[in-house]
Amino acid sequence: MRWIFVDRLLEIKKGKYAKAIKNISMGEDHLHDHFPLFPVMPNTLIIEALAQTGGILAGLSHDFKNMVILAKIEKATFHDMATPGDQLILEAEIVEDREEGCRITGRANLNGKRLADVSILFVNLDTSEMNSSVDSYVFTRQFLALLGVDKVLAEIPESK
Amino acid sequence: MADTNEVLEKVTECLVEALGVEEDEVETKASLTADLGAESIDFLDIVFRLEKTFDIKIPRGELFPESLLSSPEFVKDGKMTEQGLEELRKRLPYADLSEFESDPNVAEIGNLFTVEMIVKYVEGKLAAKA
Repeated sequence: MRWIFVDRLLEIKKGKYAKAIKNISMGEDHLHDHFPLFPVMPNTLIIEALAQTGGILAGLSHDFKNMVILAKIEKATFHDMATPGDQLILEAEIVEDREEGCRITGRANLNGKRLADVSILFVNLDTSEMNSSVDSYVFTRQFLALLGVDKVLAEIPESK
Repeated sequence: MADTNEVLEKVTECLVEALGVEEDEVETKASLTADLGAESIDFLDIVFRLEKTFDIKIPRGELFPESLLSSPEFVKDGKMTEQGLEELRKRLPYADLSEFESDPNVAEIGNLFTVEMIVKYVEGKLAAKA
Protein backbone atom coordinates (compact mmCIF):
# COMPACT_ATOMS: atom_id res chain seq x y z
CA MET A 1 0.00 0.00 0.00
CA ARG A 2 1.15 3.55 -0.73
CA TRP A 3 0.86 6.24 1.83
CA ILE A 4 -1.03 8.63 -0.42
CA PHE A 5 -4.30 10.09 0.78
CA VAL A 6 -4.84 12.71 -1.86
CA ASP A 7 -6.27 11.57 -5.18
CA ARG A 8 -6.19 14.80 -7.07
CA LEU A 9 -5.36 18.40 -6.52
CA LEU A 10 -8.14 20.71 -7.70
CA GLU A 11 -6.83 24.12 -6.87
CA ILE A 12 -3.72 25.72 -5.45
CA LYS A 13 -2.79 29.32 -4.73
CA LYS A 14 0.80 29.82 -3.72
CA GLY A 15 1.18 30.90 -0.12
CA LYS A 16 -2.57 30.79 0.44
CA TYR A 17 -4.84 27.89 -0.30
CA ALA A 18 -5.12 24.39 -1.73
CA LYS A 19 -8.04 22.14 -2.46
CA ALA A 20 -7.90 18.41 -3.21
CA ILE A 21 -10.07 15.34 -3.26
CA LYS A 22 -9.81 11.96 -1.64
CA ASN A 23 -12.10 9.15 -2.73
CA ILE A 24 -12.62 6.46 -0.17
CA SER A 25 -12.67 2.92 -1.49
CA MET A 26 -13.15 -0.54 -0.08
CA GLY A 27 -9.97 -1.34 -2.03
CA GLU A 28 -7.99 0.22 0.78
CA ASP A 29 -6.74 -2.53 3.03
CA HIS A 30 -7.07 -0.77 6.35
CA LEU A 31 -10.82 -0.29 5.92
CA HIS A 32 -11.25 -4.03 6.31
CA ASP A 33 -9.86 -3.79 9.81
CA HIS A 34 -11.22 -0.40 10.73
CA PHE A 35 -13.70 -1.85 11.36
CA PRO A 36 -14.74 -5.33 10.24
CA LEU A 37 -18.22 -5.02 8.71
CA PHE A 38 -18.19 -1.32 9.57
CA PRO A 39 -15.61 0.41 7.37
CA VAL A 40 -14.80 3.99 8.39
CA MET A 41 -11.83 6.04 7.26
CA PRO A 42 -9.66 6.37 10.39
CA ASN A 43 -9.52 9.92 11.73
CA THR A 44 -5.74 9.73 11.85
CA LEU A 45 -5.74 9.19 8.09
CA ILE A 46 -8.10 12.11 7.56
CA ILE A 47 -5.49 14.20 9.38
CA GLU A 48 -2.85 12.67 7.09
CA ALA A 49 -4.90 13.55 4.00
CA LEU A 50 -5.24 17.15 5.18
CA ALA A 51 -1.53 17.21 6.06
CA GLN A 52 -0.67 16.05 2.55
CA THR A 53 -2.86 18.74 1.02
CA GLY A 54 -1.34 21.32 3.36
CA GLY A 55 2.14 19.90 2.81
CA ILE A 56 1.94 20.44 -0.95
CA LEU A 57 0.78 24.00 -0.30
CA ALA A 58 3.60 24.55 2.20
CA GLY A 59 6.10 23.06 -0.25
CA LEU A 60 4.96 25.30 -3.08
CA SER A 61 5.61 28.39 -0.91
CA HIS A 62 9.30 27.67 -1.37
CA ASP A 63 9.01 26.09 -4.82
CA PHE A 64 9.42 22.59 -3.41
CA LYS A 65 13.05 23.29 -2.51
CA ASN A 66 12.62 22.34 1.13
CA MET A 67 11.50 19.18 2.73
CA VAL A 68 8.33 19.88 4.66
CA ILE A 69 7.94 18.02 7.92
CA LEU A 70 4.75 17.67 9.88
CA ALA A 71 5.85 18.98 13.26
CA LYS A 72 2.68 19.34 15.31
CA ILE A 73 -0.96 18.57 15.11
CA GLU A 74 -2.34 21.31 17.28
CA LYS A 75 -5.98 20.62 16.88
CA ALA A 76 -8.09 17.95 15.24
CA THR A 77 -11.86 17.91 15.55
CA PHE A 78 -14.16 15.45 13.85
CA HIS A 79 -17.83 15.99 13.27
CA ASP A 80 -18.84 12.92 11.29
CA MET A 81 -17.61 9.69 9.70
CA ALA A 82 -16.46 8.95 6.16
CA THR A 83 -17.17 5.58 4.57
CA PRO A 84 -16.36 3.82 1.27
CA GLY A 85 -17.92 5.59 -1.69
CA ASP A 86 -17.55 8.98 -0.05
CA GLN A 87 -15.54 11.76 -1.60
CA LEU A 88 -13.75 14.08 0.78
CA ILE A 89 -13.02 17.63 -0.26
CA LEU A 90 -9.80 18.62 1.45
CA GLU A 91 -9.00 22.27 1.93
CA ALA A 92 -5.86 23.77 3.42
CA GLU A 93 -5.09 27.37 4.14
CA ILE A 94 -1.82 28.92 5.27
CA VAL A 95 -2.46 31.08 8.31
CA GLU A 96 1.13 31.88 9.24
CA ASP A 97 4.19 31.54 7.09
CA ARG A 98 7.89 32.14 7.54
CA GLU A 99 11.16 30.80 6.24
CA GLU A 100 11.46 28.11 8.91
CA GLY A 101 7.95 26.74 8.55
CA CYS A 102 4.26 27.49 8.49
CA ARG A 103 0.98 26.88 10.21
CA ILE A 104 -2.02 25.71 8.24
CA THR A 105 -5.63 25.09 8.99
CA GLY A 106 -7.28 22.23 7.17
CA ARG A 107 -10.86 21.27 6.65
CA ALA A 108 -12.38 18.11 5.23
CA ASN A 109 -15.88 18.41 3.80
CA LEU A 110 -18.27 15.64 2.89
CA ASN A 111 -21.38 16.35 0.84
CA GLY A 112 -21.06 20.02 1.62
CA LYS A 113 -20.87 19.40 5.34
CA ARG A 114 -17.92 19.84 7.65
CA LEU A 115 -16.31 16.54 8.55
CA ALA A 116 -13.04 17.56 10.20
CA ASP A 117 -11.02 20.60 11.21
CA VAL A 118 -7.31 20.55 11.89
CA SER A 119 -4.51 22.93 12.65
CA ILE A 120 -1.02 21.75 11.71
CA LEU A 121 2.49 23.13 12.11
CA PHE A 122 5.03 22.34 9.38
CA VAL A 123 8.77 22.83 9.63
CA ASN A 124 10.90 23.39 6.52
CA LEU A 125 14.14 21.50 6.24
CA ASP A 126 16.62 22.83 3.77
CA THR A 127 17.70 19.69 1.96
CA SER A 128 20.79 21.35 0.52
CA GLU A 129 22.23 21.45 4.04
CA MET A 130 21.61 17.78 4.53
CA ASN A 131 24.33 15.40 3.61
CA SER A 132 21.93 12.75 2.53
CA SER A 133 20.77 11.04 -0.56
CA VAL A 134 17.26 10.72 0.83
CA ASP A 135 14.96 12.80 -1.28
CA SER A 136 11.56 13.91 -0.26
CA TYR A 137 9.29 11.51 -2.05
CA VAL A 138 6.40 13.88 -1.65
CA PHE A 139 7.98 16.52 -3.82
CA THR A 140 9.43 14.41 -6.56
CA ARG A 141 8.20 15.41 -10.00
CA GLN A 142 6.68 11.99 -10.29
CA PHE A 143 4.49 12.39 -7.27
CA LEU A 144 3.47 15.94 -8.10
CA ALA A 145 2.57 14.85 -11.64
CA LEU A 146 0.57 11.96 -10.26
CA LEU A 147 -1.59 14.31 -8.24
CA GLY A 148 -1.92 16.73 -11.10
CA VAL A 149 -0.04 19.51 -9.29
CA ASP A 150 1.78 20.53 -12.46
CA LYS A 151 -1.46 20.56 -14.36
CA VAL A 152 -3.23 22.73 -11.81
CA LEU A 153 -0.26 25.10 -11.70
CA ALA A 154 -0.22 25.34 -15.47
CA GLU A 155 -3.94 25.90 -15.86
CA ILE A 156 -4.35 28.58 -13.24
CA PRO A 157 -1.92 31.39 -13.90
CA GLU A 158 -2.48 33.03 -10.50
CA SER A 159 -1.34 29.81 -8.84
CA LYS A 160 2.26 30.73 -9.47
CA MET B 1 4.01 50.35 27.09
CA ALA B 2 3.12 47.00 28.62
CA ASP B 3 4.63 46.31 32.03
CA THR B 4 6.67 43.24 32.84
CA ASN B 5 3.84 41.40 34.55
CA GLU B 6 1.58 41.85 31.59
CA VAL B 7 4.28 40.62 29.22
CA LEU B 8 5.00 37.66 31.49
CA GLU B 9 1.33 36.78 31.60
CA LYS B 10 1.04 36.73 27.81
CA VAL B 11 4.33 34.88 27.35
CA THR B 12 3.08 32.29 29.85
CA GLU B 13 -0.09 31.91 27.82
CA CYS B 14 1.96 31.30 24.65
CA LEU B 15 4.12 28.70 26.38
CA VAL B 16 1.16 26.92 27.93
CA GLU B 17 -0.39 26.56 24.49
CA ALA B 18 2.78 25.71 22.57
CA LEU B 19 4.24 23.26 25.08
CA GLY B 20 1.13 21.86 26.71
CA VAL B 21 2.44 22.68 30.18
CA GLU B 22 0.53 23.91 33.22
CA GLU B 23 0.50 27.60 33.94
CA ASP B 24 2.20 27.21 37.33
CA GLU B 25 5.13 25.37 35.73
CA VAL B 26 6.02 28.48 33.76
CA GLU B 27 8.24 30.24 36.28
CA THR B 28 10.54 33.05 35.24
CA LYS B 29 13.69 30.99 35.83
CA ALA B 30 12.31 27.87 34.13
CA SER B 31 14.35 26.60 31.20
CA LEU B 32 12.32 25.92 28.07
CA THR B 33 14.06 22.66 27.33
CA ALA B 34 15.03 21.22 30.71
CA ASP B 35 12.02 22.34 32.75
CA LEU B 36 9.28 22.77 30.20
CA GLY B 37 10.26 19.99 27.81
CA ALA B 38 10.53 22.13 24.67
CA GLU B 39 12.04 20.59 21.56
CA SER B 40 13.46 22.32 18.52
CA ILE B 41 10.12 22.13 16.75
CA ASP B 42 8.47 23.99 19.62
CA PHE B 43 10.70 27.00 19.11
CA LEU B 44 9.03 27.73 15.78
CA ASP B 45 5.63 27.37 17.40
CA ILE B 46 6.65 29.75 20.20
CA VAL B 47 7.93 32.30 17.67
CA PHE B 48 4.62 32.19 15.77
CA ARG B 49 2.64 32.69 18.96
CA LEU B 50 4.81 35.54 20.24
CA GLU B 51 4.60 37.37 16.92
CA LYS B 52 0.84 37.11 16.91
CA THR B 53 0.29 37.89 20.59
CA PHE B 54 2.53 40.94 20.72
CA ASP B 55 2.22 42.00 17.08
CA ILE B 56 5.99 41.96 16.62
CA LYS B 57 8.29 40.61 13.91
CA ILE B 58 10.90 38.13 15.05
CA PRO B 59 13.57 37.66 12.38
CA ARG B 60 14.90 34.16 11.90
CA GLY B 61 17.51 33.23 14.46
CA GLU B 62 17.09 36.39 16.55
CA LEU B 63 15.35 34.85 19.55
CA PHE B 64 16.65 31.32 19.14
CA PRO B 65 19.97 31.51 17.26
CA GLU B 66 20.79 28.75 14.82
CA SER B 67 24.13 27.42 13.61
CA LEU B 68 26.02 28.54 16.70
CA LEU B 69 27.01 25.03 17.63
CA SER B 70 28.04 23.84 14.23
CA SER B 71 31.05 26.05 13.75
CA PRO B 72 34.37 24.73 15.04
CA GLU B 73 35.68 28.11 16.16
CA PHE B 74 32.77 28.44 18.57
CA VAL B 75 32.80 24.94 20.00
CA LYS B 76 35.76 22.82 21.03
CA ASP B 77 35.65 19.51 22.90
CA GLY B 78 32.02 19.99 23.82
CA LYS B 79 32.66 23.42 25.32
CA MET B 80 32.00 26.86 23.99
CA THR B 81 35.23 28.70 23.17
CA GLU B 82 35.89 32.29 24.26
CA GLN B 83 35.08 33.33 20.71
CA GLY B 84 31.87 31.34 20.92
CA LEU B 85 30.91 33.01 24.19
CA GLU B 86 31.61 36.39 22.65
CA GLU B 87 29.27 35.53 19.79
CA LEU B 88 26.67 34.28 22.25
CA ARG B 89 26.76 37.57 24.17
CA LYS B 90 26.21 39.41 20.92
CA ARG B 91 23.39 37.20 19.74
CA LEU B 92 21.65 36.75 23.07
CA PRO B 93 21.93 40.14 24.76
CA TYR B 94 18.81 39.42 26.81
CA ALA B 95 20.01 36.09 28.25
CA ASP B 96 21.72 35.66 31.60
CA LEU B 97 25.07 34.10 30.70
CA SER B 98 26.77 34.38 34.09
CA GLU B 99 26.27 30.77 35.13
CA PHE B 100 26.93 29.31 31.70
CA GLU B 101 30.21 31.22 31.33
CA SER B 102 31.76 29.45 34.31
CA ASP B 103 31.16 26.07 32.65
CA PRO B 104 30.28 26.57 29.00
CA ASN B 105 29.30 22.98 28.31
CA VAL B 106 27.30 23.01 25.05
CA ALA B 107 24.93 20.39 26.43
CA GLU B 108 23.77 23.05 28.89
CA ILE B 109 23.15 25.71 26.29
CA GLY B 110 19.44 25.02 26.31
CA ASN B 111 19.31 26.31 29.89
CA LEU B 112 19.96 29.81 28.59
CA PHE B 113 16.55 29.83 27.02
CA THR B 114 14.40 30.70 29.98
CA VAL B 115 10.99 32.24 30.40
CA GLU B 116 12.70 35.36 31.70
CA MET B 117 14.84 35.58 28.57
CA ILE B 118 11.77 35.57 26.37
CA VAL B 119 10.09 38.23 28.52
CA LYS B 120 13.19 40.45 28.24
CA TYR B 121 13.39 39.89 24.52
CA VAL B 122 9.72 40.79 24.03
CA GLU B 123 10.08 43.88 26.22
CA GLY B 124 13.00 45.00 24.09
CA LYS B 125 10.94 44.47 20.95
CA LEU B 126 7.98 46.38 22.33
CA ALA B 127 10.19 49.26 23.48
CA ALA B 128 11.73 49.48 20.03
CA LYS B 129 8.27 49.55 18.49
CA ALA B 130 6.92 52.27 20.79
